Amino acid sequence: MNIVVCIKQVPNTNEVKLDPVKGTLIRDGVPSIMNPDDKAGLEAALRLKDSMGAHVTVVSMGPLQADAVLREAMAMGADDAYLISDRAFGGADTLATSTTIAAAIKKLPYDLIITGRQAIDGDTAQVGPQIAEHLNIPNVSYAEDIQVEGDTVTVKRQYEDRYHTVKVKMPCLITALSELNQPRYMTPGGIFDAYREKTVTTWTVNDIEVDMDKIGLKGSPTRVFQSFPKSLKAAGTVVTLDGEEAADYMLEKLREKFII
Amino acid sequence: MNLQDYQGVYVFVQQVDNKITGVSFELIGKARELAAAMETEVTAVLLGSNVSALCDELAAFGADKIVMVDNEALEPYSTEPYAHAMTAVIEKYKPAVVLYGATAIGRDLAPRVSARVRTGLTADCTKLEVDPETKGLRMTRPAFGGNLMATILCPEHRPQMATVRPGVMQKIKPMKDAKAVVDKFDVDFTPNHNYVEVTEVIKKVSNKIDIQDAKILVSGGRGVGCPENFKLLRDLADALGGEVSSSRACVDAGWAEKDIQVGQTGKTVRPNLYIACGISGAIQHLAGMEESDVIIAINKDENAPIFEVADYGIVGDLTKILPVFTEKVKEAMAARQNG
Repeated sequence: MNIVVCIKQVPNTNEVKLDPVKGTLIRDGVPSIMNPDDKAGLEAALRLKDSMGAHVTVVSMGPLQADAVLREAMAMGADDAYLISDRAFGGADTLATSTTIAAAIKKLPYDLIITGRQAIDGDTAQVGPQIAEHLNIPNVSYAEDIQVEGDTVTVKRQYEDRYHTVKVKMPCLITALSELNQPRYMTPGGIFDAYREKTVTTWTVNDIEVDMDKIGLKGSPTRVFQSFPKSLKAAGTVVTLDGEEAADYMLEKLREKFII
Repeated sequence: MNLQDYQGVYVFVQQVDNKITGVSFELIGKARELAAAMETEVTAVLLGSNVSALCDELAAFGADKIVMVDNEALEPYSTEPYAHAMTAVIEKYKPAVVLYGATAIGRDLAPRVSARVRTGLTADCTKLEVDPETKGLRMTRPAFGGNLMATILCPEHRPQMATVRPGVMQKIKPMKDAKAVVDKFDVDFTPNHNYVEVTEVIKKVSNKIDIQDAKILVSGGRGVGCPENFKLLRDLADALGGEVSSSRACVDAGWAEKDIQVGQTGKTVRPNLYIACGISGAIQHLAGMEESDVIIAINKDENAPIFEVADYGIVGDLTKILPVFTEKVKEAMAARQNG
């Protein structure tokens, strides 16, 4: 079985802070990490490899620095890695991004494609289902459990108030939730192999077959009109009180606001 | 593409077990404002099996027209038949705007449809406006985990599509006896290799009220200290007639269930009163609750960012404050009933 896992290198948004004076993002020194949902997707693929045997290929689209997450994935146990990187892909929205990644995956053997549900820097959850559409294969989103038997994948598909058990024939695409599992750590031997024995293959726009009108900024239907730091509402009153005093203070405020 | 061929604001109506999901009414409410600014109408797209009884409700909440695709292939939800039906509706009716709830269904369906019709899709919007000159849709959404807001346009492609977070837009007060024109649209559903099989539907048993429907929320964060102290929050919520919610930290620690999590990766809430107990106020949390009418925060750390959005902040020990406050609330409530 051939499994392709799509991973993205993202800034750790939990560590992004706002400059309290300028109101701008402080991006310096924010570490880059493998997107958490993608890491869970990779772990799911590696568990299938452990239990039934599979060839796991990781694919990432991004700048050359994204090499780091592909090496990390190989150090965890992925077999080979492809970095899709070219200035021509720059400025892509989700539609252009998914078109590019789908074009790259078309060159690879695949039965099962796993992506994370969403990336923590964009939170769109769009690229997975869009890749499936471009490849004309079924997708099942929000997987909390993935089992494979023969040519069928059984997915526990999460909704707000329920689960569906979904059976889907391969080839197909599954989007993984970080709740799926606890990803393994890299092993020392794995790290050694990832940097000394294995290679990351870089594909530019010349290595994939794709319509130039459908990639990069030009192929993106959406445009960022403006971006701005989130404005917080004006702060209210802060008092230091304990026990009885605090309770009386709150009660008074609730009465003023006609809440009780 | 001739942009003028695309007219009207369309809302994908999400129904589960033939019950319309709240966000769909919120979207119809917002669509009315957008349609007024664009001088056009609001159309609800109702997909499902035996769903015709839901039309009156959609009219009451503000739909001018309804396009209904009624077919057993649409029960229960799965990606391909829904994407097929939405695509058929878009190709036939040519809407200018299509809105979806940013739910586990909408966030699966909308990207698949956007790739099929090759148009833009803006995810998890918190604000929608019409550009006064171009009449195009301005879609504003949080990015970088809520640290930044971005306004997105879809200038050259139609329809302009967006998913919108539940709890952000407001539904209108239902209009009694309102009627909408219903157009029953037959779509052919021939199963192909993209169809999947739903073999089991397991509902999570829950007697709890959805925190998005609660008027008062007592919310706990890491500063609550231990899972047992959530009892203090529950007692206060009961006294106030509210519900308990939580920050992500407590969900990650296993102190609280995921379905009561407020914030970027949880739910967006805008209750009349939000009491934040021991919540430091990470930006991801604030994104989910700062629209609350009145915010009270209790925290030991006077530098906690939650105080920047709180109307009333109390620096103090919640384990000492809450029991006393709960008793006083009970007394006040009893006095009011007797008075």
